[in-house]
Amino acid sequence: MSIAAVPNDVRMPDMSQVALVDEVGVKERAARFQTRSIKKESKIEALQMVLSMIDLTTLEGMDTPGKVKQLCQKAIHLHDAVPDLPHVAAVCVYPTMVGVAKKALGDHNINVASVATAFPSGMAPRQIKLEETRIAVDDGADEIDMVISRGAFLQGEYGFVFDEIAAIKEACGKAHLKVILETGELGTLDRVRRASVLAMHAGADFIKTSTGKIQPAATLPVTLVMLQAIRDFYYETGKMIGMKPAGGISNSKLAIHYLVMLRETLGSAWMTPEWYRFGASSLANDVLMQLQKQATGVYQSADYFSKD
Amino acid sequence: MSTDSTKLAFNDGWQYAPAPESTDHIQIDDHYGLFINGEFVAPEIDRYFESINPATEKPLSNIALASEKDVDRAVKAARKAYTGVWSKMSGADRGKYLFRIARIMQERAREFATIESLDGGKPIRESRDIDIPLAAAHFFYYAGWADKLEYAFPARTPVSLGVVGQIIPWNFPLLMAAWKIAPALACGNTVVLKPAETTSLTAMKLAEVFRDAGLPPGVVNIVTGAGPTGAAIVNHLDVNKVAFTGSTEVGKIIQRSLAGTDKKYTLELGGKAANIIFADAAIDEAVEGIVNGIFFNQGHVCCAGSRLLVQESVADEVVRKLRDRMETLIIGDPLDKNTDIGAINSAGQLETIESYLSIGQAEGAEMYQSDCSVPDQGYWCRPTIFTGVSQSNRIVQEEIFGPVLAIQTFRTLEEGLTKANNTPYGLSGGVWTDKGSKVFKMTQKIRAGVIWANTFNKFDPTSPFGGYKESGVGREGGMHGLGAYLKLEA
Repeated sequence: MSIAAVPNDVRMPDMSQVALVDEVGVKERAARFQTRSIKKESKIEALQMVLSMIDLTTLEGMDTPGKVKQLCQKAIHLHDAVPDLPHVAAVCVYPTMVGVAKKALGDHNINVASVATAFPSGMAPRQIKLEETRIAVDDGADEIDMVISRGAFLQGEYGFVFDEIAAIKEACGKAHLKVILETGELGTLDRVRRASVLAMHAGADFIKTSTGKIQPAATLPVTLVMLQAIRDFYYETGKMIGMKPAGGISNSKLAIHYLVMLRETLGSAWMTPEWYRFGASSLANDVLMQLQKQATGVYQSADYFSKD
Repeated sequence: MSTDSTKLAFNDGWQYAPAPESTDHIQIDDHYGLFINGEFVAPEIDRYFESINPATEKPLSNIALASEKDVDRAVKAARKAYTGVWSKMSGADRGKYLFRIARIMQERAREFATIESLDGGKPIRESRDIDIPLAAAHFFYYAGWADKLEYAFPARTPVSLGVVGQIIPWNFPLLMAAWKIAPALACGNTVVLKPAETTSLTAMKLAEVFRDAGLPPGVVNIVTGAGPTGAAIVNHLDVNKVAFTGSTEVGKIIQRSLAGTDKKYTLELGGKAANIIFADAAIDEAVEGIVNGIFFNQGHVCCAGSRLLVQESVADEVVRKLRDRMETLIIGDPLDKNTDIGAINSAGQLETIESYLSIGQAEGAEMYQSDCSVPDQGYWCRPTIFTGVSQSNRIVQEEIFGPVLAIQTFRTLEEGLTKANNTPYGLSGGVWTDKGSKVFKMTQKIRAGVIWANTFNKFDPTSPFGGYKESGVGREGGMHGLGAYLKLEA
């Protein structure tokens, strides 16, 4: 994997040289992060950080402009009852909703992320994927969340997958590219590591675990393997790649343990929304409830928090 | 390979707030007597020594110093319990007591964990998640054997030995007590046990458990003190077997004094284990294994992976990743739930470790320590690695018993194997490779009692443990551990 650190120099990595993963060891290490006890001010700081890293997401066939507008409103005003809350990092929608979201978010400095490339299956010809990406970017998407062709990847057609990611990256223009590996379909952690390496070399700005449509979605072990891949890529090239676990992270405690893992694997430089995101829909309210509890000492009814 | 410009930053930004385990729920008495014949009794001569908290250097309690006469009282109580009660009891009934002890230990696990960390300096995460559960597991395991001894040794008649004297170290105080007491009782013996002088408290708490479990008086007796008390046990004429865990130096003294007697003995002594990383290993997990191998329990582990042998093509990568990982280790208050490395057990041990740090540097090795801050009070040693060391260096040959790793490289499998075996010790070893055949090849040729493949420092009551060469005699744990406490008659 000795690729020179020249920007835009996309060359296929030697897939036979990708680091090996020991599943037992990864699971043990991942479990260890969960023994960290995060209390008091470090908990509040973490919860605020989690909020600022959320890609507030709605990806349903029945999404409407009204629903997307509501979600954008939530993104800006998470819970005005608590002062000085950060806003989320981005709102994540389907390409047809990019325009609506862009308008609703106005100049609040919240990005619009759009899934593309025949999300979630990725089962479409490349020209359609490219066209979809261009349309989303033209409509104002700041970030594109693409899915890899898992079928090709599992068949060992690494070149095909690499070329596709590189082509989508080009179609993204200025928009940031997040590459969804859909780890729930990859089967082994070795494949997760390989897909991560492939995506990073092909030009991913972020690598992302899951679409949220397949179980299991994000897990701590899978995310650890991807963080390790990001770290090794950084060691080699000096280039930072972002990480986005998505799906299945719906409570604060688990989200905090993802941050613990991030802190102890990649260090403080990654602990900003620029380099780390949570893809989640219900996580925000749980974090808000926890913050409210830290402030007042008691839990409030879920009915005090808007569900959008 | 990377440069300083790609160094990861772990010591700034978001930090973990202190999360100390409470001490409200524990009770430590001002003085502890000796536990003889089911009662706490004063020592014959009114002498006590302080047990201190190595993280604060403040005294925790005063422990009775047992004299030769006290040891004699304990052995007499054990003999009486042996002939009168324990040797006559059915295995099933002995098992019932052991099960009961295990359950009480589980119920009081939080208390035991907190006291173990206070008295010995080990992080609460380890005492809570490893020491105490494993200690209870040993009682559960051997409780199950108590009525099945004849099935463990087909065509032989297992017979108990009598009174066994047991001397345990300070690195895993309660766990070592459980390792020793559980099989001895399961096999029908009675016990006189001496905990290490810096860590007597959980043994005294264990005595409370024996009392609360209704264990017949005299079946287990606990005498506290230092070397002379241990010598009194070893040399007592009415002791039938000696089980010792500790340094090779003391082990040799014991073996000498037992020569010519008919006492049986098992010795579990020092080690200088090689953790061998091949280029085809899963490197990130191997690095984690190195950390678990040498920094677990501040390196106060006889089977610690204190030598790292890494194949040269991945040596730079492994050392770089190890350094980054070391930066994330939190050193400090043993009671803090986030502490990874606690206090060094005693001032004396810290002195020993520090002298080896000087020796290593004087021998020309390059020393690297993590950046973490350490408290002002107490005994602390930052995680330390030495690179550029040779086989002849003292830091490669001698057991340091601290968080200090000596790193060497090798080119071929044979070279790695030769270096791994080139030590007077042979307690444990580790092999890291993705290739199963290499695992078997190495494990057959490493002369050590315990060898882990793609993991390190894993313990289980079902698994025998013990050394080759100067690492000891006999096996403890598992079915093999029963044999150490029985005569097998035809």
